[in-house]
Amino acid sequence: MALLGSMLGSSGLVLADTLQKIASSGRITLGYRESSVPFSYLAGPRQPIGFGVDIYTHLIPALKRATGRTDLEVNWQALTSQNRIPLIANGTVDLECGSTSNTAARAKTVAFAINYFYTGPKLLVKQTSGVKDFEDLAGKTVAVTTGTTTMKLLRKLDLERSMNMQLLSGKDHADSFLLVDAGRAVAFAMDDILLYGQILNAKQPAQWQVVGTPPQVEPYACMLRKDDPAFKRVVDGVIADLMRSGEFERIYAKWFLSPIPPRGRSLNLPMNEALRDNLRKLSDQPAS
Amino acid sequence: MSLDWSIFCRSTTGNTQLAGCLGQNGELSYLQWLLSAWGWTATVALLGFIIALVIGVVIGTLRTLQSTSGLSPWVSRFAVAWVELFRDVPLLVQVFLWYHVAPFFLPSLKSLPSWLLVSIALGLFTSARIAEQVRAGIQSLPRGQRDAARALGLREVQVYRRVILPVALRIMMPALTSEAMSIVKNSSVAFVVAVAELTQFAMQAQEETARGIEIYLAVTLLYALTAFAVNRVLAFIESRVQVPGVGALARQGA
Repeated sequence: MALLGSMLGSSGLVLADTLQKIASSGRITLGYRESSVPFSYLAGPRQPIGFGVDIYTHLIPALKRATGRTDLEVNWQALTSQNRIPLIANGTVDLECGSTSNTAARAKTVAFAINYFYTGPKLLVKQTSGVKDFEDLAGKTVAVTTGTTTMKLLRKLDLERSMNMQLLSGKDHADSFLLVDAGRAVAFAMDDILLYGQILNAKQPAQWQVVGTPPQVEPYACMLRKDDPAFKRVVDGVIADLMRSGEFERIYAKWFLSPIPPRGRSLNLPMNEALRDNLRKLSDQPAS
Repeated sequence: MSLDWSIFCRSTTGNTQLAGCLGQNGELSYLQWLLSAWGWTATVALLGFIIALVIGVVIGTLRTLQSTSGLSPWVSRFAVAWVELFRDVPLLVQVFLWYHVAPFFLPSLKSLPSWLLVSIALGLFTSARIAEQVRAGIQSLPRGQRDAARALGLREVQVYRRVILPVALRIMMPALTSEAMSIVKNSSVAFVVAVAELTQFAMQAQEETARGIEIYLAVTLLYALTAFAVNRVLAFIESRVQVPGVGALARQGA
């Protein structure tokens, strides 16, 4: 029976009881990202750190209690944007706390724990640009990264407000940043957390600022398998406890308001309204 | 998994299906975006090919100049250097050089739109290849042609203008067709410097619609159609300019 279970597990027809799987194998496989600063990234070879990894640290004792395995072993599995959903769904990875957006479309394939971060598109501009918000972009050239939903959002804004923006598509975030740095675009529009990450790596961080009111916000949450209520209850329970006890805010401050590896610079990103609200609401729902 | 082609009629700014697949008042369907992207691919490829053809013929000709032509040997050395420079560096790297490095030394390049810079990069890259084909075409002519022209008292320029190039260019038509088709496909590198062409469309639209298979199939079809159309046009030109007894078609007995 156990053999059958593991065969099914690897073929995509997943036995959805993760707790039972952990109890019988004594192992849990946690996903990490190689460069999703500060959520989940590598500080040294095979040593993931970050906001999401700290959540794991609090989760392990709870899992040991729930499964009765005090000898619980952790396997680490690197994930990318492309493979994270299939690997959770087919049972290779049990949980991913990284920078994954909780969306209604994804909820058809996987489940999400309580939302633990909120991001929305803002604008990365030079201090001298004079751009303060999205409406200042009328008639200007704006950089945005190919393959992101932000580009669609900008097109919509452009159409609705007849702004006559020129969109310039960078092939990745670093390229979009370069477009603004080289003066080919006045602003780089992207989820704010990614923009703060760009400033972190900039040659002259003081030259840059993130401005604007996000037209919409999107939650990030830990991702787990669908239809596994027992496991989700344990994960949600740990996150809810952290949020109620104030420990969550301490973890937040550690990763978003203090100097972090590898450069020892701080993102200086205060907790936004949406996340502060969710410390009370404890919602696991996607953005409407 | 079934294919859902209706995504091409969806609005690119909302989630509605557009009547007749066309948007009103600035709203666009994915089909319209696809066609506009196709237009950019065609523009970059065509402009690049014109640049490549003009420069390629000049450089290729210069490489074949004889020491008796009275021109400095540095002219021919310059042509050799040109070919090697643009042939030895990968196309993608050349595009980056034009976009990111060249404006550092020549700030006025910054004001040029990226599609123009990519056309230049594509054109110069391809010019080196066309130059070699021109050289091969010229050198494939029997020496007697050149000698006979000189014996008639034609000057070097006239020898090329009246005798050598008209035949050599006909001989190289098949190779030229191949280059023209290549430049259509090579134009896909333009996406790395923010040109909204077919490849960029594919990468962005498949993310927005989660319908990557349909998007990539459509883009593949358009690339293939464009390259094939170029092939047919040049084959037509080749047959129209054919001189009986000269060129590739003649040798095949056509």
